[in-house]
Amino acid sequence: MRLSQAWIVARHDLGMIRRRRTILGALIALPAGVSLGFPLLVWYIIAQSPGVGDAVIISFVDAFAFWFAIGGVMLPSSISAYSIVGEKTEKSLEPLLATPTTDGEILLGKVLAAFLPTMIAIWAGAAVYMVLIDEITRGTLGYLYYPNAAIVVLLFALAPIVAVLAIEISVAVSSRVQDVRSAQQISGVLFLPFILLYVAAEIQVFPLDTDHLLLLAGILGLVALVTFRICRRVFDRETILTRWK
Amino acid sequence: MIHTEGLTKQFGPVTAVDHLTLDVQEGEVFGFLGPNGAGKTTTVRMLSSLISRTSGSAEVAGHQIGDPSAELQLRHQIGILPENVGLYESSSAYENLEYYGQLQRVEATALRQSIERLLRMLDLWEKRDQPVATFSKGMKQKVAIARALVHDPVLLFLDEPTANLDPEASKTVREFILELKRERRTIFLNTHHLDEAERICDRVGILNTRLVTTGTPGQLKLGMSGRRTVAAVDGPMETMAAAIRARLGDRRIEIQGGSLIVDVSDPDRDNPEIAAAIVGAGGRLRQLTQVSASLEDVYLKLIHEGASPA
Ligand SMILES: Nc1ncnc2c1ncn2[C@@H]1O[C@H](COP(=O)(O)OP(=O)(O)OP(=O)(O)O)[C@@H](O)[C@H]1O
Ligand SMILES: [Mg+2]
Repeated sequence: MRLSQAWIVARHDLGMIRRRRTILGALIALPAGVSLGFPLLVWYIIAQSPGVGDAVIISFVDAFAFWFAIGGVMLPSSISAYSIVGEKTEKSLEPLLATPTTDGEILLGKVLAAFLPTMIAIWAGAAVYMVLIDEITRGTLGYLYYPNAAIVVLLFALAPIVAVLAIEISVAVSSRVQDVRSAQQISGVLFLPFILLYVAAEIQVFPLDTDHLLLLAGILGLVALVTFRICRRVFDRETILTRWK
Repeated sequence: MIHTEGLTKQFGPVTAVDHLTLDVQEGEVFGFLGPNGAGKTTTVRMLSSLISRTSGSAEVAGHQIGDPSAELQLRHQIGILPENVGLYESSSAYENLEYYGQLQRVEATALRQSIERLLRMLDLWEKRDQPVATFSKGMKQKVAIARALVHDPVLLFLDEPTANLDPEASKTVREFILELKRERRTIFLNTHHLDEAERICDRVGILNTRLVTTGTPGQLKLGMSGRRTVAAVDGPMETMAAAIRARLGDRRIEIQGGSLIVDVSDPDRDNPEIAAAIVGAGGRLRQLTQVSASLEDVYLKLIHEGASPA
């Protein structure tokens, strides 16, 4: 596995993605919405009910931050569906496979092309979110809530793992479908459990503290490992050329 | 350059290529002919190590196919024009070639020069920055051939380079292949077009799951029971045909309008006999012409009989 070869693939796909307005739009709009909209909501809650307790504020802030993990589900699958199903509909995979690049290098390139913009968008959005939340809650809480251990786990363990998992699933899905939109929709199913988790957090069933986030990251990490093996099997030169429909 | 021995590919119960044994020399343009589903594409994919073989062996450009350690080297030395051009439609011609050149590890300056040389040869240099989506089919095909050449491979596989092109576009693509031939490149050309094979190829092979025959187009045409003589005549056709058979022995004689088409093995010996037979049967000979079998005749005969000539 040569990283430099994978990087040629990734750089090319990043270039292609840059031309897609919808993908670019999602990469900007989603983190921007979360990092600006939710702090505004927190500010509104504090302004409207001055007596609100610290615990309530914190539970809101934590739950809203979970959207950066949800972003890890939503953003990369639309990119990787495009970069794989797109090649499939243009039939450009065969010439690509005919170059001295291994299947693993191509796959890694495609994973990177979806992973990097996603993480940059999430981290940039999260930075803005943390600054704004600190600014808004400092008066009420009496200390700076961010950065804290939970957000570190969320941004550097959970979100990347979730993004990798989402990419793997969209690779597997991409091998079976004919158009980019259905690939995105099917991969989007992964979005549901995360919304459920989010709701569970909001109603305090599954608090999104450091321990729970670590547990979640661990479980999803294992799932991602299993999915990786499926992915490698699906993304095999011969399978792609003779069995992908 | 290519040497295969008993190369076989099965897809489940379907045998796509059956015990192919074949040699292609360096600097040769080899035409691979065969009907739809004959296994031409499958052969090219095996030889370029895109798919595995079921059994048999093949050495391509000095590398054994199926040897994982040689696979990357092999793909570095060959260029492929696949059945579907598979260009990135939203990228320009230049970007398409650049990407493949980078994947082939061509050094940046050399790559720029190579792209410019190829696009100029193909009359596409002025259009290099336009998205490929705006190109005609013929232009796309040319870009795809250039893509296969950007790293200066020693061996080129072209899978039906003129399929679905109009006559004019076919002609430009064919002329480009002839130019590559002048550069002494080894080319393995899959095609349905017999006239194309006849004009371009040094040697052809006819495949119908099994390899039916190989040879130069000339050899194949000669190998097919010689040639035919067309006699334009007036008179009783059946009587004349019988008279010819009486002199030359039993053979195929077609009656087409006012012509008798006679299979001959040695025209110098047979034609005077034909003339004499016609006159003897009370006919009038207006014209006697010699036609040699076309590659198409050979092809159709071999494909239908599944037998090899002589
Ligand atoms: N992925 C596959 N799965 C199953 N069978 C296949 C597959 N690819 C090819 N075949 C079968 O193998 C045989 C040879 O196919 P191939 O595409 O090599 O023929 P071809 O000579 O290139 O035909 P064409 O002139 O139509 O391009 C056919 O019977 C085809 O149905
Ligand atoms: Mg074919």
